[in-house]
Amino acid sequence: MVALSRQAAPTPTGAPAAENKLEVRDLTITYGKTPALSNVNLEVRANEIFGIIGPANSGKTSFLRVLNRMDTFTTGMKFSGTVYYEGKNLRSWRNLYALRRKIGVVFPLPVGLPLSVYDNVAMAPRLYGTQKKSELDELVERHLRRAALWDEVKDRLHALGSLLSGGQQQRLTIARALSQEPDLLLLDEFSIAVDPVTTMKIEDVLKELRQEMTIVLVTNLTQQARRLADRTAFFLSGQWVEVGDTEALFTGNVKDERTRSYLEGRFG
Amino acid sequence: MFESTELNRRNARVEKSMGFLYLVMTLILITPVLLILGLLIYKGAPHLTWEFLSTDPKSGMTAGGIFPALVGTIALVLGALIASVPIGVAAAIYLSEYAPDNWFTRIINLAIINLAGVPSIVHALHGLGAFVLFFKMGTSILAASLTLAIATLPVVIVSTRESLAAVPMAFREACWNMGATRWQTIRKVVLPNSVSGILTGVILEVSRTAGETAPIMFTGAAFFLPFLPESIFDQTMALSLHLFVISTQVPGVPEHVPYTVALTLIGIVLIMNALSIGFRMYLRGKKKW
Repeated sequence: MVALSRQAAPTPTGAPAAENKLEVRDLTITYGKTPALSNVNLEVRANEIFGIIGPANSGKTSFLRVLNRMDTFTTGMKFSGTVYYEGKNLRSWRNLYALRRKIGVVFPLPVGLPLSVYDNVAMAPRLYGTQKKSELDELVERHLRRAALWDEVKDRLHALGSLLSGGQQQRLTIARALSQEPDLLLLDEFSIAVDPVTTMKIEDVLKELRQEMTIVLVTNLTQQARRLADRTAFFLSGQWVEVGDTEALFTGNVKDERTRSYLEGRFG
Repeated sequence: MFESTELNRRNARVEKSMGFLYLVMTLILITPVLLILGLLIYKGAPHLTWEFLSTDPKSGMTAGGIFPALVGTIALVLGALIASVPIGVAAAIYLSEYAPDNWFTRIINLAIINLAGVPSIVHALHGLGAFVLFFKMGTSILAASLTLAIATLPVVIVSTRESLAAVPMAFREACWNMGATRWQTIRKVVLPNSVSGILTGVILEVSRTAGETAPIMFTGAAFFLPFLPESIFDQTMALSLHLFVISTQVPGVPEHVPYTVALTLIGIVLIMNALSIGFRMYLRGKKKW
């Protein structure tokens, strides 16, 4: 059981414990004058699946956008507080493009770039300088296999990605995220447009992937969080309510009554 | 059993008459187009021969062909494109992909809207003052092309911005999330998916430019010049001005000649528009999302 206090303050040197992939201190996000999320304090450990649950409009997506510094591409988006990525303050990353390469993102609706299946997966390696066809072929096959998609698309690698079915497209975007060789994978309600069978396939993939990377999983499905997440945070209307071991939360060991109500399906 | 009420029947009547009203308005709209084209073809087409297009005007423009004017118009349009397309496309990319939403960007946007609203005779005087006199280009193809370029820049900027805006934001986000820079995103995803739209805009600009008369009047188009220009520093004849001249300034021009010149000019514009429509259809067939 993790005792996590809201008052947890960064040490003066700002050096968090090494096993923490992410450490978030007093994070507040605003769009213009509108607050989206306030005063989040939590940490994500290396190689865990960290679940974030909460009803719509509770700041989950905004939270993910801070982690890969997409605020720099978003008009009006600002955050205060500190986020440490592997112990290093996100604000002191000089090359945000290099940071984003280490962080894969999967969106709620599959965003297949208007390219072939092959080019979708080869895009990131090409951006990072791999040009040789033999190397690219190998990478594309490896990442499509990791995303459990290879067998279904190996005969039509050069067809448009957008011609695949919805579930296949979502696995394609996962393969694309994996092609970045990320340390951290952010999944934003990936199963919203995916059938249950594909969802299960992807969940199996995620369980495999946690050997190699840390995963932050935002989900609307509390049961999905229960199946996958080691620890889970509950966000509600821009407030961070609590964070705890997933099993503990689901077995009623909560610090806040709102968490219990949400997990029991009484609202949201 | 369903029975229509008075209200149902009234709605049905209004529905019918509204449809009819809009049809009538549309017919009124296309009437002048059909009349103009019909008249031009009826009066001009019999005289629109290869010889008319390929010979110099003779006897004070009352006889002969329009070869120098045709070449001049093509030269002016090409010159205007070379000057305006790179600037217009680059400005549109900046405004659509890079510009933050602040007072500076808003002022630029306002300036572009105003540029589009400047009357062409004002462009002509500006071209005369700036290019012909201040930059000492003289009345030349160069000065006229640059004046045309400024007059049609808003067309390029606006159509390019629309093509760029048609590329879904999600594509850009997906690229940025991979660690791509703005420029990598533009080059790999945004431009390949908007280039056909941008080209469509450029073709539309061609038809606008070919027909402009006022901006070239003081800056490089000659009244009568029965030979071809030798360089961009020479004056040239142009179809649009030639049409104006033979219609109003020269006595004794046979009646069919202005019609034939107008038909040639409108033919160029229509061919360009047809190209642009064809391009659009091709683009729609290739659309990838």
